[in-house]
Amino acid sequence: MYQDPVMQASIKKVEAARAQNMKLDPRRFSAEEKEALLKTYHPDYREEQFAPLAVGPNKGQKVPLELKALLEGRPRLLDAQVDLSQSEYEADVLIIGGGGAGCSAAIEANNNGASVLLVTKLRVGDANTMMAEGGIQAADKPNDSPAQHFLDAYGGGHFAAQKDLLKKLVSEAPEAIQWLSNLGVEFDKAPDGTMITTHGGGTSRKRMHAAKDYSGAEIMRTLRDEVLNRETIRVVDFTSAVELIKDEAGRCCGAVLMNMETRELMVARARTVVLATGGAGRLHYQGFPTSNHYGATADGLILGYRAGARLMYPDTLQYHPTGAAFPAQIYGALVTEKVRSVGAMLVNANGEVFMNPLETRDVTAASIIRECTDRGNGIDTPEGKAVWLDTPMIEAKLGPGSIEKRIPAMMRMFAKHGIDIRVEPILVYPTLHYQNGGLKITVDGQTDVENLYAAGEVVGGIHGRNRLMGNSLLDIIVFGRNAGLNASKKAKSVQPGTATLSAMFAFEAERADAGLNGGIPSPQLLPDYVRHAHTTMAEG
Amino acid sequence: MENMVTVYLFGKKYEVPDSLTIMEAMEYSGYKLVRGCGCRNGFCGACATIYRISGDRELKACLACSTRVENNMYVATLPFFPLVKERYDIEQVKPTEQIMMQLYPEIYACVGCNACTKACTQGLSVMQYIAYAQRGEYEKCAELSFDCVMCGVCSSRCPAGISHPQVAMLARRLNGKYVAPECEHLNERVREVQEGAFESLIEDLMGKPLEEIQALYNNREIEK
Ligand SMILES: Cc1cc2nc3c(=O)[nH]c(=O)nc-3n(C[C@H](O)[C@H](O)[C@H](O)COP(=O)(O)OP(=O)(O)OC[C@H]3O[C@@H](n4cnc5c(N)ncnc54)[C@H](O)[C@@H]3O)c2cc1C
Ligand code: FES
Repeated sequence: MYQDPVMQASIKKVEAARAQNMKLDPRRFSAEEKEALLKTYHPDYREEQFAPLAVGPNKGQKVPLELKALLEGRPRLLDAQVDLSQSEYEADVLIIGGGGAGCSAAIEANNNGASVLLVTKLRVGDANTMMAEGGIQAADKPNDSPAQHFLDAYGGGHFAAQKDLLKKLVSEAPEAIQWLSNLGVEFDKAPDGTMITTHGGGTSRKRMHAAKDYSGAEIMRTLRDEVLNRETIRVVDFTSAVELIKDEAGRCCGAVLMNMETRELMVARARTVVLATGGAGRLHYQGFPTSNHYGATADGLILGYRAGARLMYPDTLQYHPTGAAFPAQIYGALVTEKVRSVGAMLVNANGEVFMNPLETRDVTAASIIRECTDRGNGIDTPEGKAVWLDTPMIEAKLGPGSIEKRIPAMMRMFAKHGIDIRVEPILVYPTLHYQNGGLKITVDGQTDVENLYAAGEVVGGIHGRNRLMGNSLLDIIVFGRNAGLNASKKAKSVQPGTATLSAMFAFEAERADAGLNGGIPSPQLLPDYVRHAHTTMAEG
Repeated sequence: MENMVTVYLFGKKYEVPDSLTIMEAMEYSGYKLVRGCGCRNGFCGACATIYRISGDRELKACLACSTRVENNMYVATLPFFPLVKERYDIEQVKPTEQIMMQLYPEIYACVGCNACTKACTQGLSVMQYIAYAQRGEYEKCAELSFDCVMCGVCSSRCPAGISHPQVAMLARRLNGKYVAPECEHLNERVREVQEGAFESLIEDLMGKPLEEIQALYNNREIEK
């Protein structure tokens, strides 16, 4: 129930127009309209929010201010003593990050005979993967093809994707779904086994596979269960990588780890390393709320960058058009795109449908921002302006019970705060959702640093400058497996030399040359949400 | 001005705005969370919490990230619960009753107290899905347990020592792999890809000049 009289009055307009609105099939924006929208309203185009890097392999290129502070920040280990000759952990392959990409890599490396150490900041599975709702793309229907999938993703990413990576993504998509199915992931299927697939923003074929609207959770918990089934995968949780270790030949061969609770430092040595640390939502670029999990602080970008790996498109972020804007307790939380896939439309304060709800995410976000700013058609909420997502349309189109069946997590999320999305529309506004850019990799998953592999959201280039819904879950499986396989293959022939922190010291020298003294502790590890109402005593 | 309420975090009294979730109330009170906080939105089960409202005898369970504070709420988080997770080889197991008897025999000691169902933070019929697991009805067990976030509160209340979330996890994997119908079009497509059926199509597309790809993209037909 909405208590606010202004919201109630606006809902009346939405209800009055619903029957008419449902009949609309709003035309898509032309290529020119899209470009103009993005340039004027998308947060990636706010010049003052970006600045060029002063050090490192991407020196001179612009990145978000918050990321720049960390990339140029002060390595945490500068203030600590670590003895690299002692190692607490040893394995063939070290995997950093226990989300979907890390777990897929662990399973494949292990299948290939490697002993695996998987370290992760929170618990294994406390990750963005767990939160994905909408689904995973794969061109496995007769009217579809990997080439069609390529075209959608390439165009959706503004023709900027690294083509060889994208080719791998779409070509191996059906096999990724099969692999997950064989592990026991419960995809939505018709009684005859046909996959139930829908559209996502920017798709030209219905190729979104889902497990209700717990797609990521279903994939993540299955992968986690499989990882825990393996005796030769060792999982260490509440343990973060804070610096990468290289040998004298410049090959990555381990990491310095920190116990998140005791803050004890430990050394892990390995033949090859996979970075799978995910995204950066908790850096709250430009003050946006985020849909991401608590540990999404871009650590992998920092670690890789300091070790010498180039970034690709670090200036492109994805603002999911439909973050929850009300009530405050779920501000920024994701309202899955599937809500639009199954029939809800975007409606402004006057009850007008102002766009086709299935444009790509960046265009949709920009269009909502335009509605809420220049056009003045937003609805006031305690946190700012918002527009309606008219969920009752879904039941009107698909029949009673369809919301509970298709998007139960959404229904539950709002019901907890007294809003019944079957009969009441919901308020949405863009939320910081996904890091399009990241570490540059080759088709075999390796970064610029020898024996340092990367997979998942920490990687950039696969999706170009914008990612389509469903292509990230796909990417973490395809490239997670790929990284695990190649890292374990490589591990068979590598004999690492002496462990050093030479990369960190070289980077530190570069910082000094650039006049960057001090700086914030980096990587960040966790956001700080503590209210500092009183002065506190330092520890020690 | 915000409405303030009194909450007792691990027994200690704090005043916090009533609009906050329990998790936000902890941060508002000065706790920096490491454990007991994952997705912050009801998906991961990291933030299982037990609470009691003063004057009420009943202990309730919830997820701290998705539950609002109430006045005179006594809160204790349960950031870890030692569930039993048995190892098994998914390729070797069969979707019969046998496997539950072997891995999780304690489910047959269920006394039917229904404490698990009452405690479930997701409102699931936990005892019922355990009953299905006992009978090897994995499809039903999978369906009923599907929204489980594996927070472990059910197990914390179980007199029979059942690790419900792990039982359900096994049931869902058995169902997904062995019971659910095979997907023919998927298998067929994987075969086609492996035979290289799309190789030239994609290579062709990749080799085209940018304007041509742009034209193809902008004019592509969209399935209704
Ligand atoms: C709410 C939400 C909904 C989404 N919906 C969809 C969808 O429907 N379809 C889709 O395709 N994609 C979706 N996405 C995107 C997709 O889920 C993610 O991009 C993807 O799961 C990322 O996987 P990952 O393994 O790379 O990272 P994550 O799953 O985030 O895992 C990274 C792991 O690394 C750990 N870590 C971080 N730093 C360190 C460190 N320094 N040391 C050790 N460990 C560390 C983290 O704690 C975490 O466990 C969604 C994302 C969100 C947030
Ligand atoms: S933090 Fe994930 S369920 Fe509460």
